[in-house]
Amino acid sequence: MTIETLIWLLPLPPLLAFALIVLFTNRWKALSHSIAVGAAFLSWLGSMVVVFRALGIEHFGAEGRVFESSVAWLPLGETSFRIGVLIDPLSAATLFFVAWTVLMIFVYSVGYHNFGQPQGDHDHAGLPPHGATVADEHGHTHKVPSIEPMYARFFAFIGLFAFGMYTLVVSDNLLTLFVGWEIMGLCSYLLIGFWYAKPSARDAAIKAFMTTRVGDVFMLLGVAYLYAMTGTLNFRAIFFNEEVLHRLATTPAVDGFLGLSAAGLIGLLLFIGTIGKSAQWPLHTWLPDAMEGPTPVSAMIHAATMVSAGVYMVIRMFPLLSAGWHEGAALTPPMLAMAVIGSITALFAATIAVAQNDVKRVLAYSTVSQLGYMVAALGIGAYIAAAFHLIMHAFFKALLFLGSGSIIHGMEHGVLHTDDLVDPQNMLNMGGLRRKMPLTFVTFLIGGLALAGFPFVTAGFWSKDEILADAFAHAPLVFVVLAVAAFLTAFYTARQITLTFLGQPRTASAQHAQESKWTMTLPLVVLAVFAVGAGWVGTPWKNLFHEFVGGTLLEHPEALPFSQALVPMVLSILISLSGLAAGWLVYRHYEAGQADPLAKALGVVHTWLKNKWYFDEIYHALFVRPSAWFSETFTYKWMDRGVIDGILHTVARLAFGIGPILRNYFDKPVVNEFIGDGSASVVQWFGRRLRLVQTGQVQFYMMTALVIAIGVLLAVIALP
Amino acid sequence: MDFVLDRLLSLILFTPALVALVLLFLPKEEKALLRWVAFLGSLIPLALSLVLWFQFQAGRSFEEHFLWYEAINSSYHLKLDGLSLTMVLLTTLLTPLALLASFSITERVKAYMILFLFLETGMLGVFVAWDLLLFFVFWELGLVPMYFLINQWGSEKGEREIWGGQKVPARVYASFKFMIYTMAGSLGLLLAIQMIGVAAHTFDFTTLFQYWPAMTSLDSVGPLGLSVSTVKAVAFWAFAIAFALKVPVWPFHTWLPDAHTEAPTAGSMILAGVLLKLGAYGFLRLVLPLFPAEAQRYAGALAFLAVMAIIFGAFAAFGQSDFKRLVAYSSVNHMGFVVLGIAAAAYVGGTGENATIALNGAVLQMFNHGLSAAGMFFLVGVIYERAHTRDLNAFGGVFPLVPIYGGILIFTSMGSLGLPGLAGFVSEFLVVRGAWPIFTLYTALAMIGLLFTGAYILKGIKKVLHGPLNEHWEEHGLAEINFRELVVIAPLMALMVWIGVWPNWILSVINQAMKALF
Repeated sequence: MTIETLIWLLPLPPLLAFALIVLFTNRWKALSHSIAVGAAFLSWLGSMVVVFRALGIEHFGAEGRVFESSVAWLPLGETSFRIGVLIDPLSAATLFFVAWTVLMIFVYSVGYHNFGQPQGDHDHAGLPPHGATVADEHGHTHKVPSIEPMYARFFAFIGLFAFGMYTLVVSDNLLTLFVGWEIMGLCSYLLIGFWYAKPSARDAAIKAFMTTRVGDVFMLLGVAYLYAMTGTLNFRAIFFNEEVLHRLATTPAVDGFLGLSAAGLIGLLLFIGTIGKSAQWPLHTWLPDAMEGPTPVSAMIHAATMVSAGVYMVIRMFPLLSAGWHEGAALTPPMLAMAVIGSITALFAATIAVAQNDVKRVLAYSTVSQLGYMVAALGIGAYIAAAFHLIMHAFFKALLFLGSGSIIHGMEHGVLHTDDLVDPQNMLNMGGLRRKMPLTFVTFLIGGLALAGFPFVTAGFWSKDEILADAFAHAPLVFVVLAVAAFLTAFYTARQITLTFLGQPRTASAQHAQESKWTMTLPLVVLAVFAVGAGWVGTPWKNLFHEFVGGTLLEHPEALPFSQALVPMVLSILISLSGLAAGWLVYRHYEAGQADPLAKALGVVHTWLKNKWYFDEIYHALFVRPSAWFSETFTYKWMDRGVIDGILHTVARLAFGIGPILRNYFDKPVVNEFIGDGSASVVQWFGRRLRLVQTGQVQFYMMTALVIAIGVLLAVIALP
Repeated sequence: MDFVLDRLLSLILFTPALVALVLLFLPKEEKALLRWVAFLGSLIPLALSLVLWFQFQAGRSFEEHFLWYEAINSSYHLKLDGLSLTMVLLTTLLTPLALLASFSITERVKAYMILFLFLETGMLGVFVAWDLLLFFVFWELGLVPMYFLINQWGSEKGEREIWGGQKVPARVYASFKFMIYTMAGSLGLLLAIQMIGVAAHTFDFTTLFQYWPAMTSLDSVGPLGLSVSTVKAVAFWAFAIAFALKVPVWPFHTWLPDAHTEAPTAGSMILAGVLLKLGAYGFLRLVLPLFPAEAQRYAGALAFLAVMAIIFGAFAAFGQSDFKRLVAYSSVNHMGFVVLGIAAAAYVGGTGENATIALNGAVLQMFNHGLSAAGMFFLVGVIYERAHTRDLNAFGGVFPLVPIYGGILIFTSMGSLGLPGLAGFVSEFLVVRGAWPIFTLYTALAMIGLLFTGAYILKGIKKVLHGPLNEHWEEHGLAEINFRELVVIAPLMALMVWIGVWPNWILSVINQAMKALF
């Protein structure tokens, strides 16, 4: 099998798993998860082969040195639109982290959904499992977690999700990338709303789909525009072609829109797609609500697939977004937009994360914030740094989400065991879990430190440092914003770890929490290895990652000299450590029932942050309710029923009106009475007169006949 | 074999009518027999159109020509190109499925089935006629059965207030509105056809396509002594209005939600699946080739109306609490893309890459909308037969009761929404791609409609399947979709995937036709 064939096949196993489970095996739980995990494993294996083959090629990415293959897909006029697969350095690197995280999430899901546990007492499809009552050998009954009632369905859905992501990564063109992109949109909808009977989950699913769709429709226009301009959507054909890029950068946008170039407008349209998909401000509101789904889904959305896809797309599109730009020149409009939006998002989301108590919600806002880093990095031209942080973030964020799932699982076990109905996701109810869940603790700590950018030993440090160094060198303002965000990141991470694992248990549930099964902890360990080790490929003194991924571009980007990276590195070490220390110091003595120390200090600002700057409320008032009114009342009741049907009814009524008029004033008097009845009257009149001669006497008839006969005879004779 | 192939078009065209005649002689009490004869009979045209498809692909051309009305030079002329072929396939595919979906009809089965088969002949005739007069005959033929189907077998409940507090039964109102509206269009159509016939001395498409657009003077005195430009302008508007009513183009669309909502399930399937396509087909077959100059002049207005349909169709669908009416309005929204593609091509005179792409998208969208709309109406019908309500607020959380139905509903909804990987996306993308360089602003505005397509589709799923289980259904239960119903929906789903993943097989046929259209 050639490597190209293998690449074509990469996305298929999870799709087949989806089809098989949905159509055939959905009644059998073990079989279904075996198929799904097996499929993920096959794709993983294939991906590793592809990645290592790519790594073995010198100057991979240079002219001709990529894996690509395509077929004609749509016949259009005299030409056809081709689709195909492409592995260049960027997609190889992306494939690497996608394959690993997807496989780990699949394995983890087996444990997370309580495989091997009994059926629940009152479990119901569409709701999370509530636990089952079992009796031990002494006859004591107690409650244990129960298996997910829609177990097989879950594996089908994440299979489709993985298919979408693999499709997106191996695509050689923007259209099939968009196909994968949208399939993931559907999967996020299905999985966020997995427990669809919960109104909150249902609404969160719709919110996710609709918010990302806002971005998607703009992106669709961008795709159409790019296609119209270049006649192709193939990445290499556009980005490896100076002439095309130059033309895009110099042609004014259609209708001279805002004085942009074509490349600028296309870039902005595509970037809006990323704002939706990667939950950038102001379309960030869906991502925290996506927590309504089962935790493996959160890991899937936040690390392996969905939001990473958004950033991957803009990284992929970088030559277009930066068309006409060179090191040191003014940023192009799309880059400027990215720098601004990314920076705002990074800081804004970090401020919210500080004030959240839900263990997953903190992570959700940290994802938004970290994605902001990547976007901002790309905005200032730090191409490699953005890609690097994307990959490192995927590892440690998958780790953190799976870790949080493990925490919640442990807490749920405690909740069921003690019948103490506390919220198992609220960090204020936790505490001291390090003793109960040592493996989760250690791995979560690693992930947390990576997120906070703990110096030298974590992957997050190197990637974040690279972004900060680039910002320091090229865009001081962005550096300041990102540095403040980095401090907050370290702070809320320390807060989270302190509240969750350190100190003493604050509830009975936390007291009885239990370490998760191996299917859940094994993925944590594997991901923890990456969260530490992966960063070493991108250190400032020997940046292998830079060497490799730089080959994606036509011109290999310059790496920052080590001397320039030194100052920001020292700064970022200081920021990280001080943030961590502050978080720990503030929260280490937190006791059950106390107010949040930060709430006391910040007062009304804290309430503001806790309520996420009231974005949900504002959007609800500004968009959701007006659109319902506009649809139901304006469009349907007023316009269609009122005006249009009103006009039709008026015409009909006129017709109905004219009818009786014609009948009463023409048909009846003229036709019926004058012509109809009139002619009858004439006949009747004659009839009445003629009746006189009908006497019935034969003599009279004979006489009459004789008179007439003579009259006729005389007339005949008399007339000439 | 050649004997059959030479007459294949007529065979496909009249088999449904023949089957209807056979039904006439069957006893009306034998409902099962009537149903099966009608269903199996309608499979014959399907099989024949598959033969047609492969023969056409293999390079065979299909044309039949006999003089019909010698005095006015009108002939029985049938001809097939890629556009007709696509529509013929759609019609012969949807009719058996609709008949199978009608097995739950129990009243006056015989009359119902006969009308349905006549309807099929009428629709097919429009797609293969190559003579204006013949075209008109079939155009009208399709109207009558549909009127009775809505009027007699439509939903029994519901009233519509017209004016002054007067109320009429909803199905009477709907069928009447449908009839009057279409008749209003036909009137002008007939007039225009007469004018062309008098002016050009022929009704034959081939001749007309050749001479009519370039005709600058009339070789004899025109009808009523009109000049050629007046004749052309009047004929153009008469054609355009007739077809616009049928598509329907905003603001002539309000008959559609009424007719579709009140029609029996199978009637809605055919209405949305095929009858709406007649209008778009008319634009492509007659308006663009016969009146390129006029079409070009007014293409901007047409595009504007198309965008209004896309946007307000989506909004109106989102504003519904009746499931079937929601789906009905989705047709207004989706057909807007067909018209947008046609208008874009008309604006540039049908030449250039953009025009071809837009037209390809428009025709493919016609086919795809046929699949998804028929599927959606069918699924609404399935749940209506069980629950006896279409009120979205009366459902809620029934997914656990009907998991298979729920899965199918989500799938079909996504097809309707235009999810990439399914058919609708390919065509919508092509229309957007083709229209963007021509009508940039309109295309951008159409995105509002595309956004709200998502909103109404998700609203339907949310209200029916998701959320806490409505207690009423927990008590009364809701039967799962049965085998017969699965057979109806499965081909539609399979085609949606097939075209979504590998559109080449159908798009190559469409592409050939579109290249030759102008």
